[in-house]
This record gives sequence, structure tokens and C-alpha cells, in this order.
Amino acid sequence: MPLPATALAELATIAARYPQARSGLLPMLHLVQASEGRITPEGIEACAEILGISAAEVSGVATFYTMYKRKPVGDYHVGVCTNTLCAVMGGDVIFERLKDHLDVGNDETTADGKITLEHVECNAACDYAPVMMVNWEFMDNMTPQSATQLVDDLREGNEVRSTRGPKICTWREAERVLAGFNDGLADEGPAAGPASLVGLEIARERGWTAPESGRRTAELAPPSSPEAAAEEADTSRAESETKVDESPADTKHVDNPAKGDEAK
Amino acid sequence: MTDLLTPVLTDNWDAERSWTLASYESLGGYGALRKALADLTPDAVIEAVKDSGLRGRGGAGFPTGMKWGFIPQDNPNPKYLVVNADESEPGTCKDIPLMMASPHTLIEGVILSSYAIRANTAFIYVRGEVLHVVRRLQAAVQEAYAAGHLGSDIHGSGYNLDLVIHAGAGAYICGEETALLDSLEGRRGQPRLRPPFPAVAGLYASPTVINNVESIASVPSIIDHGAAWFASMGTEKSKGYGIFSLSGHVKRPGQYEAPLGITLRQLIDLAGGMRDGHELKFWTPGGSSTPLLTAEHLDVPLDFEGVAAVGSMLGTRALQLFDETTCVVRAVLRWTEFYKHESCGKCTPCREGTWWLVQILAALEQGQGSEADLDLLLDQCDNILGRSFCALGDGATSPISSSIQFFRDEYLAHLTHGGCPFDPAAATVFATAGATA
Repeated sequence: MPLPATALAELATIAARYPQARSGLLPMLHLVQASEGRITPEGIEACAEILGISAAEVSGVATFYTMYKRKPVGDYHVGVCTNTLCAVMGGDVIFERLKDHLDVGNDETTADGKITLEHVECNAACDYAPVMMVNWEFMDNMTPQSATQLVDDLREGNEVRSTRGPKICTWREAERVLAGFNDGLADEGPAAGPASLVGLEIARERGWTAPESGRRTAELAPPSSPEAAAEEADTSRAESETKVDESPADTKHVDNPAKGDEAK
Repeated sequence: MTDLLTPVLTDNWDAERSWTLASYESLGGYGALRKALADLTPDAVIEAVKDSGLRGRGGAGFPTGMKWGFIPQDNPNPKYLVVNADESEPGTCKDIPLMMASPHTLIEGVILSSYAIRANTAFIYVRGEVLHVVRRLQAAVQEAYAAGHLGSDIHGSGYNLDLVIHAGAGAYICGEETALLDSLEGRRGQPRLRPPFPAVAGLYASPTVINNVESIASVPSIIDHGAAWFASMGTEKSKGYGIFSLSGHVKRPGQYEAPLGITLRQLIDLAGGMRDGHELKFWTPGGSSTPLLTAEHLDVPLDFEGVAAVGSMLGTRALQLFDETTCVVRAVLRWTEFYKHESCGKCTPCREGTWWLVQILAALEQGQGSEADLDLLLDQCDNILGRSFCALGDGATSPISSSIQFFRDEYLAHLTHGGCPFDPAAATVFATAGATA
């Protein structure tokens, strides 16, 4: 099915945000998912046409990133972190329990079309392990019981709120925000969860602060040269980076010829 | 003596509606920007950051001011600033809470840094899997435009800057800076061969600075309080403060902002100790790509030099703590599966090598194979390390080689036991919380 005219207009709006239109491709694909519920062949064609590149190039991008789905996704994408730390802390148990409870496997959707279950990689909330994500909103400090209650509530249409965010919206609404169209919910939820604040609370209790400005001056000993800096840096990446000033300034990246005329 | 914890970036996280412009400005926010635009040349901002000794907070520790100095100002192309907000290294969880609680700290840093390198367009590349953080960044950028902190002729200075919030789509590799650039150009996120380096030919083959969120967010404090103030914290070659993220089997996991050089013993003590009745077995100093350390290393100063001296890396200060209930083989296998899944496929040693590592490790975890497989694993690591465009493959070898170094007997126990000798239920949080699995 072709995309609605409003979606096509918005795709063009996204491309226009960038100095070079193709930079808009990732958010454009998020918008395709918001509009169509998945990455469709028509969505790929629409992006290709707007950007003046081939459908194969768009397809190559769409298949690279795990957030893009070729199969229809349920109203709620439920992710369980099973990277090492969350897995050890209980993520493996939670994921097994949910597969059993929902009667689906990894990356499958319940028969009622409500929930797509997937195990996800580290989502940068390790201090709240075990972590789940619903439509990419944080659900912190989960247990098998709270996880099954969560998916039951989602299926029954009960209100579910992120532990650090708003009432859960649908997956398609979430994809629209990722495409750059804000939904006005930024003010929902707390500034920070409890774990984010533990160090600050200890500092407040004990009266610890950063030094006052100018309270003391220290000997400044920044590295004096790029070579000295590289010796101090951790990685060979940093080491090789110091050679940047030896590269001719007009070096062209062969994969990226000037392509400003792609924009329209 | 500097206090043990020094909240700077985290200092406003407990403020009412800390994510809003009103809250940020009521605590002095955007003061550094006004000061810089009124009193400092772009070169003076670069000098201040150089003098502070700030080193990249994304893992590699390259001096930030020096990186900015590499931008060839005689290059006729536009200059770009790109913030790496693709926080995905397993264990790393500092940038996401920073952007959620105080997006304006990052945005003020973006404006100052862009001004310094003479960029008129900047991007924050934030991973897509953090919806509420994306919302907060989008709203904060809108507020900053409305207040005249972004846009044309910022506060009458004649300086123009546009800032775009760009959401990724799920790919660990995009935290690698050249893969991030390809991704930001609308391509598959695959690393580029260097040279040329991004400073010379980065985004759209133009001079580009790429810095981690925490590095850029540290800039306003340096401009506000001075390079000497920043350098008064930390150790001789690792200056300033940083956010240390404790996770795992510790009583109070969370974010602890301290001068570089604090030790894990001090941090665990602040966190109330390991969970009751258990002791530390192994830990990562800076995410899963940094070689594991053990209880022997509790007093190592957590700065770039201190951690390097014991054969690991400070990385992102992602301190994942595991107690004696955790099977190190299971932990390492899971990380290895992660690297296999996230290898972008560009370089053969990483693409094929991570697949083979998983085969051998999975068999060992099941109690299959022989002791010679440990040497085979190390040989495979040797054929991956340093043989690909980027550090993903290198990182994949870290947990394997370090775990064999410290826990060889535990691998062998899987063989004699005919499988994993550990009860995974004992390692869960529910095991102590009283919940049943």
C-alpha cells in the first residue's frame, strides 16, 4: 500500500533538516515504521525516491539496524535485557518466564497483535538491573512477577507508566518521536531514578562538593605534545589519531565523495 | 584534600524539573556561554580546555582540547561537531541519565565546543532505544532556540549555530566514531579506514570533532570555574572529575561522581558494600571491552594510568561488579555472543572470529571440549586483536583472555563437572530479595 500523502510530506521534511538529505534516512525509516507499522517495500521506495538513491541502498540500511522491523510489530514492543549483567541479575529468568507466559519465541508477536517480545542488548541502565524496555521506555528493577504483571496490564489495556517516563504510548507513536516529531511528553516522569541519585545523596549528606572556584590552584601538567598525549592515552586508536596533523588537509574520504546535489 | 565525591555534572539532578531551561538557568546555567561569547575568542576556549587536562570520557582518554586543535581552520569546508550519545558499551550507563536529568548541560557544552572549533552545525547522535531521553533532548533544543542560545547571531555575538537531535536505530557499532559518521550520513554503520581522521575528513568529508556526551558536558564547568579548578581534581595525568557507574551485586548500585583516581574499594564502601554474605569475584573497570579485574585490584587508582598499569583500561568507568555466585564462563560467553551479534561484518577477523569464539565458548560452558580449547581460544583472540578497522573485535577478546588468565580453573571445572557448576538462580537479585523465580 502506498504511504499516505501526509507521511510522504513528513519524510521530505526530515530530509530537509540536514545539510545533506541522505542524513535523514534513519529518522525517515523510523517514520515509515510509525506510519506503516513496519518497514514496507513501499516505504523503502518512498525514501529512495525522496533521497534520489536506489531502493537497494535504502534496503541495505534498513536491514543493518535492529530497531527496523520487516514483520509487523505489536502495539507494545517488550524488550528484556539479556546482556551479561542484566542476565545474571535475573534477565534470563524474566525472558524465559515471558516467553512461556506469552507463548511466543524471541522476536515474535502474540496472537492478539498486542505484544512483540524480544531480548535486547545493554540499554545503558545497568544500575537498575534487571531492565526491561517497553516501546523503548525504561522499566527498571524488574522481577519475573512484575514482568508478567506488566505484560498482562499491557494486554488488558490498563495504564502502564515507565519507571522513568510517561504513560506508555504505542510502538508506532514512539517511532514517530524517534523520527523527530516531539509528542510533548518530555515533562512527564522524574528527572532521575533513585539509582542515578545515590552518589549525589551521599555527597549531600556528608557535605561533599567540588572545590570552590579558585579555592586552590594546582600545577597544570597537560601533555605538551600530541606524541606525549598518545603515550598517555589508552588505545592504539588514540595513538594513531595523533598522526592526523600529518595527513594532507585536502584528503578525500573515498567512500564519501561530495554529494551535496543528492539533496533534492 | 578534595572531597571523595565531587558532584558537578550530577549536581543539579535532584533539582525540581532539572531538565527544563528555567531550572538549569536558575542554577547558573548558560552563564559559561554568555561569558565565552562576551570575553573569549574561540582559540581561548580551546586553550582553556587544553589547560584543564580534560581527556575524552568515552573510553579512549584522548585530550579533548588537543583533538579540537587538530581541526584545520584553513580548510574551506564547513566544520562540524558531532556528540557521540550512542551509549551502548555493556555496563555503561552515565550519559543516558545525564541527558535525561540535565540535557541543557550537554547543549551548553555543544554550543561552547562548536564556537571553539568554528562549527555552525552540530549533531547529537543519540541511540534510538531511549525514547524519553530523545524527548528531553528535543524539548531542550526547542527551549534553547527560543531563548536565543541557538540559532542566528547568538546573544548578539554574530555567531550562528544549528543543533540537530538525531536518533539512531540500534547498532552498538555506531558508538565507534567513524561508524557513527557513516550512520549519520544515512548509511550502514561501518567503520572507516583512518587516515584520513575525522578532524580532517569526517562528516561529509569535512573537518569534524566527535566527542562523548560527558566530555562535552564538562566544558561549561571548565569555562565557568577555570582550567585550574578542573585540574585541581584528579591525578597527575588524569585530571578532573568523572561519573563512576556501579552495577551488579553491590548494595547501592548507581552513579557516583568523583575525581579520577578514586578506588573501587572506596566506591564499594560508599555503596554500602557488596550484597550481604557475598564477596567480589570479578569486575570490569570500564565496560565489557576492558579486561576483567578481580578483588586483587580493589586499590588500583581508577585513572587512565592506574588501570592501564594492571593490564586493563579505564574505559567508561562502567564498574560491573559480580560476586562469587556468578559463573565467569557464562558471563564471558554472553558478552562474546553480544560482540558476534554486533560485529558489523566489514572486517573478516572480527566477523568470522567472533563467530568461532562463540562456538568454542558455548561448548566449554556445556562441559564439552578439552583443555586445549583454552589455547585455541587464546590463539583465536590473537588473530582478532589489532587486525580490524575498529576496536570492536579487540574488545571481544578482552573478557576472554583476561578470564582465562584469572579463572582458568573455572573453565576446567566445567569440563570435569560436565557442565556449569553454578546455580544461576543464586546470582539473581531475587535470590536475596525473597522473590521466587
